[in-house]
Amino acid sequence: MYPENYRYTKEHEWVLADGGTGTVGITDHAQQELGDIVYVDLPKVGSHVEAGKSLGSVESVKAVSDIYSPVTGEVVEINQTLADAPESLNSDPHGAAWLVKIKLDSAEEIQNLMSSADYLSYIGAEK
Amino acid sequence: MIKKVTQHLSQNEPLLFERSSPGKKAYQLPELDVPAVDAAETLGAENVRKEIEGFPEVSEVEAIRHFTRLSTWNYAIDYGMYPLGSCTMKYNPRINEQVARTEGLAWAHPYQPESLSQGCMEIMWSLEEALAEICGMDAVTLQPAAGAHGELTGILLIRALLEKRGNPRKKILIPDSAHGTNPATAAIAGYAVENIKSSETGGVDLATLEQLVTSDVAALMVTNPNTLGVFENNIVRVAEILHKKGAMLYMDGANMNALVGIARPGDFGVDVMHLNLHKTFSTPHGGGGPGAGPVAVKKVLEPFLPTPRLRRSGKKLAFDFKRPRSIGRVKSFYGNFGVLVRALAYILAHGGPGLKNATMDAVLNAIYIRKALEPYFDLPYTSPSMHEVVFSDERQAKLGVRTGEIAKRLIDYGFHPYTVSFPMIVHGAMMIEPTETEGRAEIDLFIDAMISIAKEVETDPQMVKGAPYNTRTSKVDEVTAARKPVLRWKP
Repeated sequence: MYPENYRYTKEHEWVLADGGTGTVGITDHAQQELGDIVYVDLPKVGSHVEAGKSLGSVESVKAVSDIYSPVTGEVVEINQTLADAPESLNSDPHGAAWLVKIKLDSAEEIQNLMSSADYLSYIGAEK
Repeated sequence: MIKKVTQHLSQNEPLLFERSSPGKKAYQLPELDVPAVDAAETLGAENVRKEIEGFPEVSEVEAIRHFTRLSTWNYAIDYGMYPLGSCTMKYNPRINEQVARTEGLAWAHPYQPESLSQGCMEIMWSLEEALAEICGMDAVTLQPAAGAHGELTGILLIRALLEKRGNPRKKILIPDSAHGTNPATAAIAGYAVENIKSSETGGVDLATLEQLVTSDVAALMVTNPNTLGVFENNIVRVAEILHKKGAMLYMDGANMNALVGIARPGDFGVDVMHLNLHKTFSTPHGGGGPGAGPVAVKKVLEPFLPTPRLRRSGKKLAFDFKRPRSIGRVKSFYGNFGVLVRALAYILAHGGPGLKNATMDAVLNAIYIRKALEPYFDLPYTSPSMHEVVFSDERQAKLGVRTGEIAKRLIDYGFHPYTVSFPMIVHGAMMIEPTETEGRAEIDLFIDAMISIAKEVETDPQMVKGAPYNTRTSKVDEVTAARKPVLRWKP
């Protein structure tokens, strides 16, 4: 369910580092909690985001929630398909519905994040 | 068992555009008995309005039926209990309406000279005084047009004061149980928002607060009682921690219905707060408003209040526009005057003892519901609560039925739903606020309905999930409506 090569945050985002670039999304647990997602607000390509700070928001039928960046760096690509198909965040949050790709300022930063096993026990405890 | 409603006649109604047929009119004028004049020639073509294209044409009875039918599709406090938590949907006494329609008030014009507006100004003066007394504060502005507008005004006042002291500071602290408007307000006023996690009892954790309050913090925005209906027992300590570091305490007065006549925010350390007249003081709500969100402050913030300020010399009232430190106007003219009249009517009709009684009844009603429903629904925070109670859908969710679905089933029983999924700190929240309006008979009907639904969830969860059944429209597809909204009718 939660890929082992991803890293996870307490705010329920994931990041997959590949070379100097990190792909960021929200977790399956997050989409379940949010319910049906109807709108996604993403940063501009070229903007600089900081770990722990808001990089955008997702709106579900229940609420609007901030997305916190798991890493620090420059946004190099955003997932354009989400504008027309926000529902893919509900169906494939760990895959096709990634949010942004970030050129990492530091490759070490993701070491501070949770492994899939840690994240699983974290959401288990949260419930 | 459904006791309150039965199926009744509810007629379908198309849009007025769809009813239109060319040439139909709702009026008939007598034949012209003077020579006809060409308007464009006399007034100039640029001053003559063209016909509105596609404007619907219907007869008088069709227009009347159209709007009357639409009015029967609504649910209102005038039909029955409206337990929408956090919104304080109390009955709006008709005397308020009668007073607001008094000829001299209803037809007063903001450009009337002050000498001819003394009555209106006296009303505003009296309301400012009454609200200041109720809140234990020193001065009040009536200008803001709603609660969130009041919040923004209040935070701008704090910013103005801190700026004058040399540093506006950077951050506003907000508990995670807050209304969503609080962080929005802070952001619009140019502050960064820092969240404080609620303690296990649902309050502000003092140790955490002490750590977070630095010389960067401008204020804490707190709702008291908070959105769980729980009074912040440590509020005096909270104020001390902030004041020691030169930060201010802002109180969101959305839940003042639990405090009026019993406790005064000014006495427990609040520096600035707003009130929602459309909640606590029984003026019309939201779309039926307009609203009013007066802001009450301690003396130190008074010089910064919006212009103009009412000033009294002897019996005469005047507007003071010369206030160099004011943050300026936040609303055209003097606020939503008609709403202010209604609020003062409510306050005067009740008097001090009456307002206190209303508060105690509001709290009693909520606690009565809490005790009656506790055996059937999960209560995540067990601290004593005041004017509202927040259950969670945990027990029902195990059978696949969530708070939103229970709320929809409640419609079948003839009640407006409670507040769904708020506050965010309660998973699957069901937030119930009966207000003092309800007597025991209506509350017992509500309790019966909730218990009955809890039992239905156990015996037939699928049925509950399909609700509502007694409405003119069955369950609507909220998701598609939000994802692909159709905002404009086209032929």
